[in-house]
Order: sequence, then C-alpha cells, then structure tokens
Amino acid sequence: MKDLGKRVLAGDVRAASRLIRNLEDQITDTYIAIQEIFKETGKSHVIGITGAPGAGKSTLTDELIQAYRSQGKTVGVLAVDPTSPFTGGALLGDRIRMLRHAEDPGVFVRSLATRGAMGGISKAVGEGIHVMDVLGKDRIIVETVGVGQQEVEIINHAHTVIVVLVPGMGDEIQALKAGLMEIADIFVINKADREGAGKLYKETMNMVQMSRDRAGVSKGWQIPVLLVESVMEPHKFAESVEKLRDKIEEHYQFLIDNDLISERMRRKTAAEIQEALWGAVMCPILGELEASGEMKRMIDHCLLKETDPYTLADEIACRYLKEESDKESCAES
Amino acid sequence: MAQRRIRILLAKPGLDGHDRGARVLARSFRDAGFEVIYTGCHQTPEQIAATALQEDVDMVGLSCLSGAHNYLYPQVAKLLRDQGADDIVVVGGGIIPDKDILPLKEAGITEIFLPGAPLETINDWIRANITPKE
Amino acid sequence: MFTQDLLDKSSLLRKKWEDEVKKVIAKNPDMRERWSTVSDLEIKRIYGPEDIKNMDFEKDIAYPGQFPYLRGNQATGYRGKYWTFRMFAGMGTAVVTNQRWHYLLSTGQTGLSTAFDFPTLMGYDTDSPKAKGECGKCGVAIDTIDDFRDLIKGIPMDKITTSMTINPPATALWAMYCASAQEQGIPLTKIGGTIQNDMLKEFIAQKTLMCPPEPSVKLISDTVEFGTKYVPRWNTISISGYHIREAGATAVQELAFTLRDGMEYVEDAIRRKGLHVDEFAPRLSFFFNSHIDFFEEIAKLRAARRIWAKGMRERYNSQDPRSWWMRFHTQTAGCSLTAQQPYNNVVRTATEALAAVLGGTQSLHTNSLDEVLCLPSDHAVQIALRTQQLIAEETGVVNTIDPLAGAYFVEALTNEMEEKAWDYIHKIDEMGGMVAAIEKGFPQMEISDAAYKFQQQIDSGEKIMIGVNKYNVEDEIVDIPIVEIDDSIEQEQLRRLAETKRKRDGRKVAECLNDLAEACKKGENVMPYCIEAVKNYATVQEICDVYREVYGEYRDPGIY
Repeated sequence: MKDLGKRVLAGDVRAASRLIRNLEDQITDTYIAIQEIFKETGKSHVIGITGAPGAGKSTLTDELIQAYRSQGKTVGVLAVDPTSPFTGGALLGDRIRMLRHAEDPGVFVRSLATRGAMGGISKAVGEGIHVMDVLGKDRIIVETVGVGQQEVEIINHAHTVIVVLVPGMGDEIQALKAGLMEIADIFVINKADREGAGKLYKETMNMVQMSRDRAGVSKGWQIPVLLVESVMEPHKFAESVEKLRDKIEEHYQFLIDNDLISERMRRKTAAEIQEALWGAVMCPILGELEASGEMKRMIDHCLLKETDPYTLADEIACRYLKEESDKESCAES
Repeated sequence: MAQRRIRILLAKPGLDGHDRGARVLARSFRDAGFEVIYTGCHQTPEQIAATALQEDVDMVGLSCLSGAHNYLYPQVAKLLRDQGADDIVVVGGGIIPDKDILPLKEAGITEIFLPGAPLETINDWIRANITPKE
Repeated sequence: MFTQDLLDKSSLLRKKWEDEVKKVIAKNPDMRERWSTVSDLEIKRIYGPEDIKNMDFEKDIAYPGQFPYLRGNQATGYRGKYWTFRMFAGMGTAVVTNQRWHYLLSTGQTGLSTAFDFPTLMGYDTDSPKAKGECGKCGVAIDTIDDFRDLIKGIPMDKITTSMTINPPATALWAMYCASAQEQGIPLTKIGGTIQNDMLKEFIAQKTLMCPPEPSVKLISDTVEFGTKYVPRWNTISISGYHIREAGATAVQELAFTLRDGMEYVEDAIRRKGLHVDEFAPRLSFFFNSHIDFFEEIAKLRAARRIWAKGMRERYNSQDPRSWWMRFHTQTAGCSLTAQQPYNNVVRTATEALAAVLGGTQSLHTNSLDEVLCLPSDHAVQIALRTQQLIAEETGVVNTIDPLAGAYFVEALTNEMEEKAWDYIHKIDEMGGMVAAIEKGFPQMEISDAAYKFQQQIDSGEKIMIGVNKYNVEDEIVDIPIVEIDDSIEQEQLRRLAETKRKRDGRKVAECLNDLAEACKKGENVMPYCIEAVKNYATVQEICDVYREVYGEYRDPGIY
C-alpha cells in the first residue's frame, strides 16, 4: 500500500490500520508516513483504561463508546492484548465486546498485540494514537493488557487514566500501593453489585484521601471513585458509564483550566522522542549485532563468564558513538 | 528487523451458536504464531467486512453451521470487494455440501475446509497461501 | 460391600494376576501406555472388589424406585413401557414439518420433538434483516400463531406429548401451544410436553442469546410458576447437558454443569417465587448427550440420577420422592458423527443409543446418519428410529433393569464421575452459583480447554475417529442424498407472515405488547400476557423485542 500518510490524512480506515501495522511490524520507512501526519496530531483527548484481567475493561470501553456516540463524538479505540511468549501468536479478544459498533463510521477499533513490549501496551500505541487523532477521532481510548502492576506506561500516552478495580480479586490494595495509585485520575469499581464492593470502595477512598497532595501530573485534582453497576443490568450499567464519561470530561477540562495539559503533553512527547531514538539508534545497532553473529558470540562469552554485559555494552557504545562523532567531525572539516 | 505477522479475522456470520470449531481454531491460530481476532457469534456480513478493514487482516475465516453459507459467505466476499479490499483472502468452513463448493469458490471464497480437517492442515494452508502484505 | 475374607482372597488373586501381567507385558507390551475414555478419564486395566469396597449397598445402590435411584426411578423398568421414541424434527414451513410429524407417528414414533429454525430460536421473525438466508434451514419457521396452528394440525394435543427445543423465546412458543390447545377446547391441565427453556446452558455452550442471565432466569421461573399452577403435566425446563457436551465438554463437565444449572433453577424458583421445592421440582426434566464411550456414558447417566436425588434431599430438603427423580431425555452425540464414510454413523448411533438405554433414559432421539451433512432424509430418519425399536424389541437389553449394576468397573466409574462432578459443583457454589460462574467465564473456559485438548488428541492420533484420522478413504465420494431447504421457502414464509400482519388488529397487538412490557417492568408473571398477545397475532419477535427493550440485550462475550 502506497502513500499511507496521505491516505490516512484523507480518512482511509484500512490505510490507517496498515500504517499501525507497519509500525508494529517495524517496516523500514514507515516513519516517513508519521512525519507526514505528525503536524496534524494533538487534537484528541486520549483516555487510558487499565486494571487487572477480568476487571471488565473491554465491556466498559464498549459502553463508553456508546456514551460518547450518544453525544455525537467520534471514538477511536486501541485495544492491547498479550502476545504469547512461546509462539508469537496472539488472541486479540477485546474487540469481541465492542462489535456492536463495527458498522458505525464514527468508531474505529484497532486491536494490537504487545509483541513482547513491557508496561501493558504495544510499542505502536503512541503512533496508533497519532493515526486515530489524524482520522479526527474526538476521543481515543487505549485499553491496556491488564496483566499486573507494571502497567504504568499508559501515563505517557493518555490525558486521563482510568483504573478499573473489581471486588473479590484479592490483592487490589497491594496493586494500588505498587503504582497504579500514582497514575489513576479516576477509579472505577466495576461489578459494584458484587460482594465486597462496599469494602473495596471504602479502602480506595481512604487511599485516595491519603494521597490527596500527590505531586503527579494532575496536581490538585480530586480523584473520584465511581461505582459501576454490573453489565448484567444493562440499563443501570449504561447510566453509570454515562457518569464515568462526564467525569472523564471534567478531568480533561480540569487539566486545561489549570494549565496541566501542557505538562502531560511534554511528558508524552518526551516518551515519544525516547521511543523514536530507540528506533533510530538501538534498532539498527541490535540488527547489525544479530546479523553479524556478534550477539550470539557475546552471549556465549557472557555465559562462560569471560566477560559481562556491562563491559560489552560499553565497548559497543564506544564503537558506535565514536563512529558517529567521527562522522560529525568529518562533516565539519 | 522487519517481521510481518499474519493477522486473521475469525468470524461467525449468521444466527447459529455452534462455535466449538471457531473457538478451537482461534487457539490453534494463536499457537501457530498468528494474530487472531475472533468476532464471537451472530455477526452480520456487514459487521465482519467492517471489522476486517479496521483490523487490516490478511485473511477472514468464516464458520457457519446453520446451512446459510450460500448467502452469508459470498456476501462477506462481496462487501470486501466493494470496499476495495479484494486482497483479503476469504476462506470458509463447516458443513458444506460438495455441490456448493464450486459456486462458493466462484463467489470469492478461496478455500473451503470440511469437517475433520486437521488443525495442522489448516495452519499449513495459511502459511503457504497467505502472505502478509507490504 | 464385601467381607474382609473376600477382600483378602481377592487381594491374593490379584497379586498373582499382576505378576502374570508383568510377565506378558515384558514379552508383548501394550499397544498404548495410557488408556482413557473419550473424555480422557484414565481407565485401569482391571477393576475388582477393592475398587468398590467402600460402597454401601443400601445407601449407594439399592433397587429401582429406591433412593438414591441409581438403578432407575421406576420399579418396573422398561417392562411396563419402553422409553419414548422421540425424534427431533423440523424443517421449512409449519406445513412441511407437520407432514414429517405425521410420517414419524405413522412409523411408530411415540412423542414429538420440534426443531425450530435459527430466526425462531433467536427470537427474530422471518422478515428481520438478521434472518436473511436462514429461514427454515435448520428447523421449522414459526412467526405467529397462524404458523403454529398449521404445525399441530391433526395432532391430538391431549394424547401426544410434544417437546419444543426453544430457549429465549420459550414463553412465546409455549403461549402459542397453550392458546392453540384452548382453541381446540383442550384444557391446559390435559396437555403434556416439554419446553427446553434452559438459558444457563445457552450462556455456557449453545449461545442462543437474548437477555442477560439474571432476567433470563426470571422468565424461566415465570414458566415454572405458571406450569405449577395451570399446566401440571408440562415439563417447564429441560435442563440440558447435550449442548454443553457438543460444545466440547468432557462427560464429567456435562454432568456437573448440567446438574449445577438444575440446582440454580431450583434455588431461583424458591427464592423468587416463594414456591416450595416439591411444588415444582417433579416437573423438572433433564436432557443428556450419549457419546461414543460406552461405559463412560452409562456411568454418567447412573451418576446423574444419584447426584440429583442426593442434592434434592440434602441441599433443598425436598420430601417428595418425585422431586428426587431425575427424568431425562437423551440424544446420541452429533459431534461423534463424521462426514467421512457417513454410513459408519449408523453404528456409532446404535452404540450410543444402547448406552443411553443401559443408563436408563426415559426418552431418546437417535441421530440420522446424514445429520452431519444436512437435514435428515426420510430414509435416514427411518433407520435411526428403527435403531431404537431394534434395541427395544430384539436385543433383549430391556429384559432386566440396570443390568450392569454391581459390575466392579461400572460402579467404580460411576462413583468416580460422581465425585468429580461434586468437585465442580462445590467449586461453582464457592463462586456464588452458576450465574456468577458464567459471568466469570468459568464453565466456558473449562469447556474450551477440553475442546482444544480433544482436537489436539485427534490431530496427534492419540484419540481415534474412524474415517477422520484412521482408515481414511482417499478421494471418497459420499453418495448419500442431500436434503436441502429451497430458498423459495423463505419467500413463502415471508408471504405467510405478511398475510397475518395484514389481517390482524394492529392496535390490539400494540396494546397486548404494552401490557407485556408493563408486566416485565413490574416483575409480574409474563405468561398470561404472552398468551393474550399470541392470540392477537403478536409475532415471536415482537414479544422478544419487548424483553430486549425491558431487560436489555446480551451479546456473546466470546470467552474462549
């Protein structure tokens, strides 16, 4: 497929999906398309949804799409599922909950596999957000994998982060302590009809009040804890998700009113530059090391304790970075 | 570094809920190293085609056991064609009488897998016939 | 069960036998290392007294008609009456199916069983866009009471019992049956039959979905209450393991999930309707699969009776022995049949039917050899029905009740399956019951795991399906006649529906549907409102749309 950048700018859904795919597959020259569309990005409100597996993130996302559509807003969704470390395959199962929107041109759902990335999202998420943004989606929802407590990467991409908890999963509070607490802008207690919801609500409220003065990126924001009814009661579920939508909007407005949005954008951009640097610097180096067989030799040496990873890294850094500076000095002279 | 991964949409068009085959295939595809999106039961051809485009899949696998394949399978192929996505390969499975196979192939269904087809045969067919696009 | 003396002797002899086995194996090793059932339950080389020594004859075995009903509900077994020969049939329009029914009755069938097409099963009318291409394909298309009248034309409703495989729209179809009986002047107390009406297994396995689990169970409790009060000969739920098994469950999973579903319905009717368990439990019926592993199936059916009797008495304090009886219909396993060499299916079905009979079924459907390929032809149906008649009239297995009782292997396997089933039942109890377990995706995942494992075992040749992974015929030509439903049926049914819609009083229909919606909102029993609505020609979909509107729609969450 040619002219991906232009086609995405023209609103071509499949081209958009292909561009995301090229990024996932790390096809060379894909960055040209990103360069083409980058100027047009930055208009959408990005919402992250994270929480343990089985917390009901996809069902919540589905209803949130509905809540936004009822207000005429368009929605993009990036739904991330884990890649099997053994086979490289993946079951991308989030989308199944959102199929009622399949034919709605105002909704674009794209499933992504982690492809080995840590932090609960795929490496292509950042660019995926740009693509959805350029397609004119008013709201972009990123649903993370939900495998554990390290899912903090989402803070680098979203303006508003929702942490979904459910009663009866045991170690919620530990998870809060371990980091999700610091990234949450809104807590949702899903399946609130279940036993233990009241207790979980109280615990979460306590936690929120204790950390009221957090220095994070939403300074001054009162983190709300919302109860969402069971999806098995569709009408009540829809109502409570509408309340969630309003809270999300309120949070975004808060960021704007308090000039916090620029801080988020800086953070997001810094993360992107780092990511791009990785692609531009590390990927070619790693590629060469693999191709030349040097990587294999280095591993062998390390295993035999003849050297160590740090010494090797130092050597390689000297070699490549020196070459770069040599080139520069050549250019100058 | 570039590594194309095969993406597959597995879909159940129509009203029947016999999803054993689809569920087993979804796992088998994952274990074969493909990325697979499963729609669940009761999808319309329109929903399936729209999903295939949004997910930029290489192949759509259809499973229907209600006897409505002669309408539903060609309809998915046609909708993809109409939207300029005739490069997405459509295959079907299920209880398909012999005499339906040729008309289905003429209607754009590339391959039909009949009851009893081993998982590995299907995976091998995909590896041999589906090339992720550039 | 046995005296110590006998056990000692057995132990001695067993030791000798084991030594002999070792010697033989050293020279001629077994063909396989591990021997297991089709459900992958490991089976020992031999069973003896020591395997059932902890059984208590009085508490665990006893006689037919005695608690725990291991050996059957009825004291006389099949001598007074064979099981009901009930073949599942339905295709095309109501007129076409009515002809098939009359044919079946003329060949010696003793009960009717209705297969509906997918739009009807899902609560859509033939004129819905979702129904396109599906009309009459897998069963009979019923949109209004006009269709229903044609379906039962010439069938004596007070003499023949009719089973209807219908789930989310069960209230609508049962209302049509009740209304049609009343039109013929037959009181509701005289009609007998079954509506499948088992939504839990739909969420677990068959995925005929409409409303969420909670209101679905409410609608079912409405039918239980209505039946208890006004239609006492009707089985208002047929708690089904058949579809759970077809979806890939093991025999133990089928047993456990089905019985736990039954317990969920009992608990809901007690809680929601304030009924006493013995008011309705005698009308609960069950529906099992009979798969190809002969002894496993017999053990499963025997275990099912014993688990249910114990559960009813101990969990729900039921006092009425009729509540303790598990009455069940059985169907041979569709998923065991092969499209390859389809005539082999006759042998499979016969084996499975024999297991069902030895397991003590009350009613049986035998699959036709061509059902894996198409709707069954008249000839194939006849062979399938004759298979049952042959088992009943020629083989002699009906001469004595529960002939396998006391066999070391059969009793040990029965015990093992019961134990494993209780483990599942208790696990689901801990999750908060079946609705909660379904919401968590527990039974769905267990079944998906089993289905995938079985397919891998087939692919690796560890399990055998003749014609699929062994004794295959290259370039086989399957030359059996294929029955197909012509697309003109859809046009014909659309015409019928349009005609009914034209002649009815639209205002009256709207009024009835409005009343039904109000009843749903207030939590009243919907049955009287449904009967009124169908009498005024409300369609199946119109009634179901009311449910979807009030209770919300449930979509396949795709747990796999």
